Amino acid sequence: MADEVVLLDYWLSPFGMRLRIALALKGIKYEHKEEDLTNKSPLLLESNPVHKKIPVLIHNGKPVCESVVALQYIDEVWNDTAPLLPSDPYLRSQARFWVDFVDKKINGYVKALWTAKGEELEAVKKDLLDCIKLLEGELGDKPFFGVETIGLVDVALLPYASWFSVYEKFGNLSLEAACPKFTAWLKRCFQMESVSESLPAAEKLYDYVVQMKKKLGTE
Amino acid sequence: MADEVVLLDLYVSMYGMRVRLALAEKGVKYEYKEEDLRTKSQLLLQMNPVHKKIPVLIHNGKPICESLIIVQYIDEVWKDKAPLLPSDPYQRAQARFWADFIDKKLYDAGKKICTTKGEEQEAGKKEFIEILKVLEGELGDKPYFMGERFGFLDIALITFYSWFHAYETLGNFSIEAECPKLISWAKRCMQKESVSKSLADPKKVYEFLVVMYGL
Repeated sequence: MADEVVLLDYWLSPFGMRLRIALALKGIKYEHKEEDLTNKSPLLLESNPVHKKIPVLIHNGKPVCESVVALQYIDEVWNDTAPLLPSDPYLRSQARFWVDFVDKKINGYVKALWTAKGEELEAVKKDLLDCIKLLEGELGDKPFFGVETIGLVDVALLPYASWFSVYEKFGNLSLEAACPKFTAWLKRCFQMESVSESLPAAEKLYDYVVQMKKKLGTE
Repeated sequence: MADEVVLLDLYVSMYGMRVRLALAEKGVKYEYKEEDLRTKSQLLLQMNPVHKKIPVLIHNGKPICESLIIVQYIDEVWKDKAPLLPSDPYQRAQARFWADFIDKKLYDAGKKICTTKGEEQEAGKKEFIEILKVLEGELGDKPYFMGERFGFLDIALITFYSWFHAYETLGNFSIEAECPKLISWAKRCMQKESVSKSLADPKKVYEFLVVMYGL
């Protein structure tokens, strides 16, 4: 019997993007349902009554919530292709640690990039660059954060990374100069169809940011 | 060659207790090192340079940080005894989801109870009880969170039980009155030697908080 996989998502959500990438990497066919976050569907409210948030992966009618939980679920169920986690327990713990780091640190700073102004913005940019440099240290000379190929940390980080390239366009965050290894990693990942097809086009993000900054008065 | 296991910890930390508990469940021998968080050891700063926090498990010289990550590591390395996570991927996802829920919500709500007064404290108490009630709902009529066996999710939550006395004293309320099923579960867990040995003395937790928050 064929698997029934549904993804409740929102185009802009970095957490949703993570799952899109993972599903694409594993070649899993699924039904994508775009949610209107101002008018959440009964299916969403029923599938994630605790947080009422996307993304939600629904596998054969059973919901899995929280992107990092869902990523590991996808990896464990569809374990015959494109493993996201290595088999060695120590390397697994390190991957989980850095994903947790991305969630704890990067997420907050990226949000602040759009809303902060002046001195506060400069502080946020510095903190963000420091975090990226730490991640660069973890990447080292490897092509990806995963052991030999794209892995859990890559998947967790990529959605934010696509935002950074938009921010660079605004000329306010010179990521390439400050973090060349990170920029190279980003370009390398974007060469993969599973990544580039799962993330919104840069132009769409750019337009969205222009509109948002107008609204917030932070042009 | 024997395993060398070291735990950098703080006696009253509910996160540290999770690791102690997992090690006890697996019967792993380890060296315990109590940290003073005001003057962190060189070893701690070296082993957890990113967050500089306890607990840190050091296994044959290699550090693992973040309590739930450590518990999963322990489960995967010492896999021949007392499995902590279920084997079914969906059940594992549920266990991880609820552990994440606990980590996102419970500590901050508890902190409000300890550090505020009046209306703000009342709001903290209400929030805290609401979180516990959601967890009670998830427990249902099962003896443990994942069913018949004590495991990962029980470990994630039971260590907070050692802080309940402090919350109740500082907040002047009874958690048992609001969440009797949850307290019943907690007492069931406490009957296990690994749990009663690993949890801090609630009185010591209270004394620690009084000093830390200058109450």
